[in-house]
Amino acid sequence: MQDWNVILVDDEEEFVSTLAERLRLRGIPVRVTTDGEEALRMMETDPPQVVVLDVLMPGLGGLEVLKRIQADYPEVKVILLTGQGSTWDGIQGMRMGVFDYLMKPLNIDDLIGKIREAVGGG
Amino acid sequence: MAVKKWFKMANLLHVPEEGDAHARYNILRRNMIIIMILVTLIPLLLMAFVNYHQYRTALRDEIVNPLRVLVNKTKHSFELFLAERLSTVSFIASAYSYQELADENTLNRIFQVMKREFGGFVDLGLIDSNGIQVSYVGPYDLKGKDYAEQSWFHEVQVRGSYISDVFMGYRKFPHIVMAVQHRSLTGQTWILRATVNTEKFDDLIASMGLDPESDAFVLNRSGVFQTPSRFYGGVLEQFPPPLPPVSYEANVIEDKGPRGRDVFLAYAYFVHPAYILVVVKPKAEVLKTWYTLKSELAILLAVSSGIIILVVYRIAGILVRRIRESDEKREAAFNEMQQTHKLSSIGRLAAGVAHEINNPMAIVNEKAGLMKDLIEYKENFPDKEKFLSLVNVILQSVQRCRSITHRLLGFARRMEIQIEVLDLNEVVKETLTFLEKEALYRNLDLRLNLAPDLPRIASDRGQLQQVFLNFLNNAFAAVEDGGMVAITTWEQDLDTVGVSITDNGVGMSEETLKHIFEPFFTTKKDKGTGLGLPITYGIIKKLGGEIEVQSKEGQGTTMTVYLPKKPKEGLGG
Repeated sequence: MQDWNVILVDDEEEFVSTLAERLRLRGIPVRVTTDGEEALRMMETDPPQVVVLDVLMPGLGGLEVLKRIQADYPEVKVILLTGQGSTWDGIQGMRMGVFDYLMKPLNIDDLIGKIREAVGGG
Repeated sequence: MAVKKWFKMANLLHVPEEGDAHARYNILRRNMIIIMILVTLIPLLLMAFVNYHQYRTALRDEIVNPLRVLVNKTKHSFELFLAERLSTVSFIASAYSYQELADENTLNRIFQVMKREFGGFVDLGLIDSNGIQVSYVGPYDLKGKDYAEQSWFHEVQVRGSYISDVFMGYRKFPHIVMAVQHRSLTGQTWILRATVNTEKFDDLIASMGLDPESDAFVLNRSGVFQTPSRFYGGVLEQFPPPLPPVSYEANVIEDKGPRGRDVFLAYAYFVHPAYILVVVKPKAEVLKTWYTLKSELAILLAVSSGIIILVVYRIAGILVRRIRESDEKREAAFNEMQQTHKLSSIGRLAAGVAHEINNPMAIVNEKAGLMKDLIEYKENFPDKEKFLSLVNVILQSVQRCRSITHRLLGFARRMEIQIEVLDLNEVVKETLTFLEKEALYRNLDLRLNLAPDLPRIASDRGQLQQVFLNFLNNAFAAVEDGGMVAITTWEQDLDTVGVSITDNGVGMSEETLKHIFEPFFTTKKDKGTGLGLPITYGIIKKLGGEIEVQSKEGQGTTMTVYLPKKPKEGLGG
């Protein structure tokens, strides 16, 4: 089991819970939420090393959450997930200073690779 | 009504849209020529017609009036001559007594004075009331001749005087006879009769000063010549045409002359004697200036009509060509717009579909992934291999969907253009790094002909990379292993740079070439989405550039892109 601290944020419950289970199977402990506000509250109690964040979410959107994370926890690495399929959101995020971005549907190994880079680099 | 007609004429310029384009422009041109020629030539012809008639009338008046004056003047001279002679005879009849006149010596003396003073008198005789010539002086032996039964004797008794028609005398000279009756205070009557030769008539006619083509003569009321005519006949012959209507004032009519010539016939009737003075002037002579003018007018009309027709013909040709060119340009612009519109609406649809599919696809991906994890992590999973292969097929299918939705979204992407100043050669090299491994692996001959001093341009790096990547992908797909792909850059002109990507691959048929920029058209069967080139087309258009494709089946393809050095106005940057 890795000693990484990761939070997954995505409004699609089926997606995020399944992804979390797969990560845990690979020894990566993750906390999961489907809501941006909730994610920020989770960070207050225990700031993670990495946040995997969906861009398009109802309520507090991914980019808004990103801004708050960057303001309050500048040391936290954010990996954006984009359902748009295009690189546009990713580039937008990169401009805003995210660590990296990935496009849905995901390749789990890619995701783990990015998390490892984020943690290792940190 | 007139308005309706005008509309009809305007309709001539409205050519129906359907039908063969070439024929349509020919019809338009023909109608244009007809209208322009009508509009210009009708007033010209109308003016020529009016002028023609006005000039003719004016000239005719100018010719006819002098003729009328001449006839009147000459008629007066004739009348004066005759009146003078008649009053001489009358004076003598009154001044002398019957006895004196009956005495041939006295009569002879009087006759000699008359001949000397007035001229033209040939003989003189006294006739008593019974018609018997009492005394006579002259070349004939007429003394004692009885005139009682002759018509002139009765006329002179009724009218008091008489002037005869011309007749041929003894020496074949034309003469006229004048007679005057005198009644004395005692009631005795006698008649003094004189013969006058008509040489003076010829003098009077000669004094009119007519040109050799004209003719003048005197007729009696039966149309018998009293003086000789140049063209119609001698004295006492018959004037062939019917006599003109009676008019005591000079009148001019148009008639056919001898030898069928058109002539002006000017004439005046005498009150007494019953003569008609006729002047015949050929029209051709008189209207010589008119004919000159007429031919000048005709030449002017013909030349100006010719020039008008020529100019109209040329102008209509030029105008229709311009219209045609602008129509074609408009049509081309419309087609291009339609293509862009088609792309963008398909793009929006595609984006919606892809985005909606992407999220459930992500769930399928994770669920299948978890299933695979569970199968793999569990030691003795029943039918492990079978389930693994099933799950793998699901995951592969998700990957296929993923690549399709990503491309669809890429096609639909409405990315703001990020203009920066960049080195096109650099962008090409960057793009090639994505494909270097494949080129190496497939032993492709990659040739770079990059212009070393290519000017930097303002454009979008990311978009251009996508364009080049697309072209290179297509080129790589077209060539066999070991094939050649060449990339060339150059400065096209002051405002444009060019990039071409050439391969020696399979090439495209003409039929394929027609469709390559249409969305979803693909020759790669299950591998292609048919969106690569439409996306490329959209990007190049957005960047203000042009694409050109040259391809020959079995020989290869060249894709050329022309890019502006500076983006068009209205683009971000």
